[in-house]
Amino acid sequence: MTESAQPLSARARLAVTAGKAAAAVSRAAGRGSGSVIGGKVALKVDPELLSRLAGHLDVVLVSATNGKTTTTRLIAEALRAGGEVVSNALGANMPAGITSALSGGATARFGVIEVDEKYLAGVARDVTPKAIALLNLSRDQLDRAAETRMLAERWREGLQGSKATVIANADDPLVVWAASSSPDVVWVAAGQEWKDDAWSCPSCGGVLHRPDDTTWTCGDCGFGRPVPSWVLSGDTVIDPNGSAWPIRLQLPGRANKANAATAAATAAAFGIPPHIALERMQSVAAVAGRYDVVSHRGRDIRLLLAKNPAGWLETFSLIDPPPTPVILSVNARGADGTDTSWLWDVDYGRLIGHPIAVIGDRRLDLAVRLEVAGVDFRVCESLTEALQTLPPGRIEAIANYTAFQDLRRAVGN
Amino acid sequence: MSSSGLRVVWVYPDLLSTYGDQGNVLVVERRARQRGLTVERVDVRSDQPIPTSGDIYLVGGGEDRPQRLAAERLRRDGGLHRAVDNGAIIFSVCAGYQILGHEFVNDLGQREPGLGLLDVVSVRGTGERCVGDVLADIDEALRLPQLTGFENHQGITQLGPGVRPLARVRLGNGNGTGDGTEGAWAGTVFGTYMHGPVLARNPQIADLLLKLTLDVNALPPVDDRWYEALRTERIAAATQAAA
Repeated sequence: MTESAQPLSARARLAVTAGKAAAAVSRAAGRGSGSVIGGKVALKVDPELLSRLAGHLDVVLVSATNGKTTTTRLIAEALRAGGEVVSNALGANMPAGITSALSGGATARFGVIEVDEKYLAGVARDVTPKAIALLNLSRDQLDRAAETRMLAERWREGLQGSKATVIANADDPLVVWAASSSPDVVWVAAGQEWKDDAWSCPSCGGVLHRPDDTTWTCGDCGFGRPVPSWVLSGDTVIDPNGSAWPIRLQLPGRANKANAATAAATAAAFGIPPHIALERMQSVAAVAGRYDVVSHRGRDIRLLLAKNPAGWLETFSLIDPPPTPVILSVNARGADGTDTSWLWDVDYGRLIGHPIAVIGDRRLDLAVRLEVAGVDFRVCESLTEALQTLPPGRIEAIANYTAFQDLRRAVGN
Repeated sequence: MSSSGLRVVWVYPDLLSTYGDQGNVLVVERRARQRGLTVERVDVRSDQPIPTSGDIYLVGGGEDRPQRLAAERLRRDGGLHRAVDNGAIIFSVCAGYQILGHEFVNDLGQREPGLGLLDVVSVRGTGERCVGDVLADIDEALRLPQLTGFENHQGITQLGPGVRPLARVRLGNGNGTGDGTEGAWAGTVFGTYMHGPVLARNPQIADLLLKLTLDVNALPPVDDRWYEALRTERIAAATQAAA
């Protein structure tokens, strides 16, 4: 699936140089990695740069509401078995960040690119991907993002006419609807714990029936779950030949097994066999700080990111049981969405029995939420106070986006 | 209220539960139980009939297409009308509020008939979407403290003579009509654009619904410490943002 590398035009080279210079200035000014500003400058000099940079690569796009950064990383590890990989591993997933990441990939064979849900169709047009992995879609930051079904519709339109192999989750009705406009789909039964954004048929609006854990069908139009060729089954993934391959990850939780199953199916599309792909995924211990266990002020803290109701649900299922202490931290800054109403779509009753400390800008929203759920908690002003308050044991710290960044900074991660 | 306890009906969670408004159900349930009431929560999916024997019906916000589907199914069902005739309370939010009116504009850009339980008509605004914290004074006839909430809508709702505004905004948009009204109410039917969810931000409104159901003037006090702390913080934040 390789193409011969085309040398970049003078304009594209200038754009890459200008982008790198801007990134260096941004880094020197202490404003992060500079990848986004660098990409913006580069795209300004050459708006076609993204497609030029991707021209020689076998590109995989990865998009979803949850799990896209981790799955991007898992696919990148797997594809390294076949050649050099360039990837936006740190989650800068809009065109500028992607451009910046790819500008370091002149000698790479594969480009593994995480794409923000809203930008998938556009990026897919620009980079002509060989494969697109679609994991799940659910409510997220509704005060600033498009409606969830609208995103599925944009995916559907964007995938029409794409020549990419689409690797899609057969257990998420919105993803199935989006992917089924594509002529070449590999269905993966990857599971989807959160079901509250898919009770009505994405196609006709009828009520979806779920007679058992896996089946779903529309009572009105018959739209339903496609037959998967890859199946996540407990700790194994079953490939299209019926062989079961054990998934052994350092990353915790069911959702990461689902991510690994999708990654294995994606790697197979590039000729990497599942056992090799899965073995390579085992080396991933943490992804941009997520799942990292850090020691801070004499306590061990596992850092967990959960940005929306579906993410919190998966996170609750992977934390250690009571009496493991838990820190919850929620902010509502721009990148989080400024409306905290979604906290009420999370079943915090599942935390009964855990000693809980709540921190973050919106700790009072969490306090009322937990009070109504009948869960005991303590409101703390800071991480330090929370650590002093909580009983011994490794702490599970669950935070939404900017609260997670705050936590990482506070513990020096 | 029946002898078996308080029946709280959560209308169409499959279509109208996208913006955290099920918190309103949780708050009503919790505060009723804290007063020693037995509570039965009934979640009614859109392919099931609306029970007519409920005490409090809560209707939430949803996306544009689910809103149209919900309106079609509620019109066909007719249960909410019978419930109101039986004296039940309906408290609705955002898309649910628009559905209770005479009509609204649906996802296809067409005028969609509502249930006519509130004398209001909604259209789609052409300006920027109304998103942000809101602060408003509630109709003094209801004798409630300031309303705090979060709005996120494109709708403009005109009130007819058959309803009173639920509140007058100090900050934010509310009904989006430019005259400062927010929400509407008449008898036992209420509508608001406020999320937050609104009953978590304004537990006194949840108590009002309980008092109306029980036909009492007062309820035993409960520990409102965290609600009050949240209210104080949100009111201060909204005021600061506006200044």
